[in-house]
Parts: sequence; structure tokens; C-alpha cells
Amino acid sequence: MTSKSGVISLALGLAMAGSLAEASDMETSGKLLLTGGVTSVEGAGGGGLASWATITGYGTRDEWGANAHATLVELPDYQFRAGGVSVGFHDRVEVSYTRQAFDTGETGAKLGLGQGFTFNQDVVGAKVRVLGDAVYAQDSWVPQVAVGVQWKKNDRDTLIKALGGKDDSGVDYYVAATKVLLNQSLVMSGALRATKANQTGLLGFGGGKNDDYQIQFEGSAGYLVSKRLLIGAEYRSKPDNLVGLKEDDWVDVFAAYAFNKNLSVTAAYADLGTIATFKDQRGLYLSIQAGF
Amino acid sequence: MSNLRTLIFATALAVAAPAVAEEKPVDPYTQSSANAGAIPFTGDQMLAAFHGRDGVARIVDDTLDRSVADPKLREIFHATDMERLRRTLKEQVVYLLGAPVAYTGRDMKTTHKDQGINTAEFNILVEHLQLAMDKEGVAYRYQNQLLAKLAPMKRDVVTR
Ligand code: HEM
Repeated sequence: MTSKSGVISLALGLAMAGSLAEASDMETSGKLLLTGGVTSVEGAGGGGLASWATITGYGTRDEWGANAHATLVELPDYQFRAGGVSVGFHDRVEVSYTRQAFDTGETGAKLGLGQGFTFNQDVVGAKVRVLGDAVYAQDSWVPQVAVGVQWKKNDRDTLIKALGGKDDSGVDYYVAATKVLLNQSLVMSGALRATKANQTGLLGFGGGKNDDYQIQFEGSAGYLVSKRLLIGAEYRSKPDNLVGLKEDDWVDVFAAYAFNKNLSVTAAYADLGTIATFKDQRGLYLSIQAGF
Repeated sequence: MSNLRTLIFATALAVAAPAVAEEKPVDPYTQSSANAGAIPFTGDQMLAAFHGRDGVARIVDDTLDRSVADPKLREIFHATDMERLRRTLKEQVVYLLGAPVAYTGRDMKTTHKDQGINTAEFNILVEHLQLAMDKEGVAYRYQNQLLAKLAPMKRDVVTR
């Protein structure tokens, strides 16, 4: 699909889902609204670009919960799409699968890859809450801490090698700490990720500048404006492994809105820096999440 | 003689009148505001944000009305002395919001230990409380400040 039709169909989907959501306004089970976060570009429950220690879905420790998401980032020279599902068990374990597409569109021709050349990546994730409680333990500063792993496999092995990448697949490991500070209506989260991924793996793993695991930081801060609305900012540092294809850290400002426990949307303005020699990749991030 | 009769009658009425008299007796326990389960706010800003004791009374009544009417919670309140619960819960919230009153109810652990409440049920009650606070027009950030006091009580309230 072209960039424009992508945005339009997503907007339509949002409008339709929104009117559906208004019909069912009962919110009487599971966790509190938005306390499970949204879905990240890699399919994990949390922020959009940054990882959280929360377990996806509204399932409590006696239940399970699940989410499906569709995400679109519209950049000046590229389009990023992702879609996937995640399941949380007993508010303890989360497993997720997401397929990412990095569509070079018109830029593909300029890069000599061909019009609309697209990199696809499968991401299988698992996360386990190891200690703490982000929401209930308001009398303690101890955050909720989770450890996670993401297996990533890219479908453009030949090209990745040609770009100087060492591998078309890789494994990221992360530890995340998240706390909802109800007294301040704030949500704070930080994560450390061990990774070799270039542009989260869309441009492969490792490169001429570096082929070792590096520790990167992801942070987010949000303010709970109402039960339904969380606004905030995120930052994610990234490796810079590929020779000649400089990679930048990512930042965004976002607003996540929960129509109810079954449906939420996240809109963000993301600055993804330079991607494959094209500078200033700033644009709109839209994500819709449905689940229970 | 008739004066004395009137006096006796009036006294009997006065004793019967307060709502307390309609409460069922509970096993003896040590009274202490510490039973409220959290350290209260200081200053009068919080109570004002909840529209004083009257506001809290409306919020608690509404929360309990919603909870008792909720098919998912109804069973739990089946045998509850609602008269006592309304009084003690209002007292507890008013006390936590910083009013110069004592909490005279039981502690959270003892009170809830045989209720078999799970996390989902805890959250449902909190959501009813949120709706009641919305209805009263309590600003969201103040709602969250009260919830910050109540959330840790999950450890004592949720037993399964
Ligand atoms: C932080 C949350 C809660 C607070 C602050 C709270 C507070 C109270 C208070 C003050 C009492 C009366 C104490 C007394 O009689 O001396 C009480 C009793 C009771 N609560 Fe809660 N409660 C909470 C959560 C819940 C939940 C989630 C449920 C069920 C869904 C529940 C069900 C009951 C019942 C059934 C009683 C009556 C117990 C009896 O009859 O002995 N409570 N609660």
C-alpha cells in the first residue's frame, strides 16, 4: 500500500473502532486503564519506542489478557509498519509476535534497491516480571522489574550483508523497571537493552564499526491527564554499527488514549534521526491496540 | 408523672436515633486510627478537593451502591453490615484525607481476611470509586493521590 492510503485506512479503522468502543462503556475487570501501557514497535507491552516492565493486557494475576496491534510510522522518506499479537499470563509472563515492515517507497529507487523495496522482520518476544509492583506498591519506591528477550529475524539477508551487516538475525536482551507514581500522576520507566541490532534489526545485526553486544538505554516519562489519557515522551539510544549508514537515537512525544479496556490508540511525533543516509526522519507515529 | 414519662420516652428515642444503633455488634478489637492502614495527608487541601466530609460521604455511598449492585461483587457483600461499612469507610477516607477525626473501624487485614477477595474484584471496587469520584467532580490528580494511599492495602485486602 502507498503511504497515503496507509494513513487513511488506519484513520478510518480508528474512527470505526472509536464508535464501536463508545457502545460498550463497562469497565469492570482486570487492571486499571492504561496501567498495562500500549504496544511497542517490537510488539512488547509498554511504550511505543521504549520497553516497560508491565505485562500486556488487562489480565490480573489470576487471569490472562491479550492484545493485537497495528502501528504505522510515516516518515519523510520511509514508512514503517508493524502488526502483531501479545499475550500476558497471570500478570507475570508475556509472549509476543510482531511482524515489522520497513518500506523504502520512493526512496528505494534512489537507494538503488527498487521502488517500494521493503525489509521485513519477525520479532518473537518473551518477558517475565521478576519483582516489584508498578501500580499497587505506592508506599514503596521499588519499581516493577521485568527481564525480556526478543528473537529477531530479517528477510533481507543478501542485502544486509551487502550493506555491511554481519547477520540477518539476532537476539536482544533487556531489563526494564517501571513505576506508576499515583501521587504525582506520573508513569516512569527505564530499560537497558543488550543488542547488536541496526535500526532495531530492520537493517540487520552488527557491522563494520562494531559487532559486539552493546548496552543501550530506553526511557519514558508520562503524565496521566485522566483515566483515559497518558501524555509523555520517550527516548531510546541505539547502536551505530554499520559503516557509512549512520544511526541515531530515537525520541518521541506521545499521547495514548484508552477508549476503554478493549481499545486504545497512541499518536506520537517521532524523531528517528538518520536512517540509511536519509536525514531528519521525523513523522507521525500512529498505533491502534485492541485486546482485553 | 406524665412529664417523667415524656422524658423517658424522649431519652429512649434519642438512644435509638443514631445510625450506630442499627449496626450489628462485632467481635471486640483494639481501636486505633492506625487501623486505617495508611498515614493521612496533612493540611486541608485534600479534604477540600473532595468537597469536605459531605463530598466523601456522597462518594462512599455511591461507591458502595455501585459495588453492591455489581453482579461481580454482589455476593461478597451478601452478609455485610452495610450500615457499619458505610460509616467506617467514610471515617477512614475522611481520616486519610487529613480531617482531624479518628478512625474507629477494624484494620484492613482482619476485616477482609475471610472475604476471599481477588485482584480483579479489588480493581472493580477501585473503578467504582473512580466513577464515584468523577461524579462528585474530584480532580483526577487528587483522585490519584487518594488511590496512592489505598493501593498498597491490596496486600491486606486481597487474599486469593
Ligand atoms: C483499599 C480498598 C479497601 C478499603 C480501604 C476497605 C475498607 C473497609 C472498611 C473500613 C471496612 C469496615 C471495617 C470495620 O467493619 O471495622 C471494610 C469491610 C468490608 N470490605 Fe472493604 N475495603 C477495601 C476493599 C474491599 C474490596 C475490594 C472488597 C470486595 C470487593 C471489600 C469488601 C468488604 C466487605 C465484604 C466488608 C465487610 C466485612 C465484614 O462484614 O466483616 N473491601 N472494608
